Amino acid sequence: MASQTQTVREQSVISAEAAPRLWPGLWAIFAKEVRTELRTRELLVTTAVFALTVVFMFSFSFDPTSEESRHIGPGLLWIAFLFAGTLMLEPAFLREQSNDTLAALRLAPIAPTAILLGKALSNFLFLSITEVLLIPVFVVFYNVGVASVLPGIILVCVLGTLGIVIPGTLFSAVTAHARMREMLLPLLLLPILTPILIAATEATASLLSDPPEWPSMGLKLLAGADIIFLIAAYFLFDSLLEE
Amino acid sequence: MSPNRILWLVVKLVAALWMAAAGYAIFFIAPDESTMHAVQRIFYIHVSSAWTAGVGFFCVALAGVLYLIKREPRYDWAGIAAAETSLVFTTVVLVTGPIWAKPIWGIWWTWDPRLTSTFVTWLMYVAYLLIRTLVDDKQRRAVLCAVYGIFAFADVPLVFMTIRWWRGQHPSPVLAGAQPGSGLDPTMKAVLFFTWGATLVLFAVLMRARFRLEAIRGETEELRQQAEDRAPAIAAVSNP
Repeated sequence: MASQTQTVREQSVISAEAAPRLWPGLWAIFAKEVRTELRTRELLVTTAVFALTVVFMFSFSFDPTSEESRHIGPGLLWIAFLFAGTLMLEPAFLREQSNDTLAALRLAPIAPTAILLGKALSNFLFLSITEVLLIPVFVVFYNVGVASVLPGIILVCVLGTLGIVIPGTLFSAVTAHARMREMLLPLLLLPILTPILIAATEATASLLSDPPEWPSMGLKLLAGADIIFLIAAYFLFDSLLEE
Repeated sequence: MSPNRILWLVVKLVAALWMAAAGYAIFFIAPDESTMHAVQRIFYIHVSSAWTAGVGFFCVALAGVLYLIKREPRYDWAGIAAAETSLVFTTVVLVTGPIWAKPIWGIWWTWDPRLTSTFVTWLMYVAYLLIRTLVDDKQRRAVLCAVYGIFAFADVPLVFMTIRWWRGQHPSPVLAGAQPGSGLDPTMKAVLFFTWGATLVLFAVLMRARFRLEAIRGETEELRQQAEDRAPAIAAVSNP
């Protein structure tokens, strides 16, 4: 019976090959995550509201006049993204744990890396949506223009968000079992993400400066960090899923 | 006494004598620095501790890799031992640094690349130690520690590079002298390497003590588990 089910799944999900292939599994996980989120919408709504609150609260600790906000704005924005991302990543595997579905995922004939990458991709989507919602609010609140440098901002956001979600998804997989996990994940993650915070903040700052500068060094550092994180996560994730 | 214990007793003695000799060398053999005078002598402890901590963090990553390949608890024990000992040496670096900086730079701390990346590294390995206390399952804890140790070690150069680029845009206090490679006096260099040797042996002694503690803890846990497993059986036999 079990082998029958498996055969059926193999045929439906990953074609008829013996070795589990990466892409169909990755896509299946990604689609599942998005479907779950669309049904509840709790993750996106709470993350967006949280990020909004952070940006709002910052306006009390600094006097955000236009000139000053050019200096502190980018850092503020990325701190908000980083906190929002860290909080959002925590439930990524907790969801699986409360229903004990991680065991099922592990048994599924898909590459373990597909679970990581599928989840990282869905987290990337959710965090990007949060950023898309947050940036216009930031522009209005802090009176900074991004329209002329939008392609650059998008590129920084894509690379920065990748840098947050790859290690984030990796470590949320294991902290799901820890005590005080809500605290442990940020503690593990934030120091690791220092390069992302610095590079993304500086890249955004030079794009918002007057006149705007193309942050080639910042983008290179972000891309380099993304690649290093991806390689490390790729090789380490298998061992994290084993029991 | 087993030969192994005698060997470690000798190593401990060597560590004690070598540290004492290094202390003597720092204060009486190393020449006086022309502008900083006595304050500069903290440099030998500071730099050798930093190098030793670097070696230690490499050991953490190495133990992590070995654990993931072989899955033997002793590599997990080695990882925690190396991490905790290196953290002590990093703390020494972070404490001796400001003591030197205050009279020389006039400030305790500056957000210079080296200082900032050392501090971030310190934070990472504190988080590593927190994993030990917050994850109960032995296997999971070991795997998470191994993975985090490797990840953190790969991240440190990245942290340093970004911070150097970032702070490179702003003026920072000039590192006054005392940089290896910038015309260090031969005697000073000899004293530095001599002190580094002492701290390395000290590191080995401390790490081995921590390793033994962890091994004994692991064994105790194992025995307690066995006793608990057997207890109902024993109770059933004695009270039929």
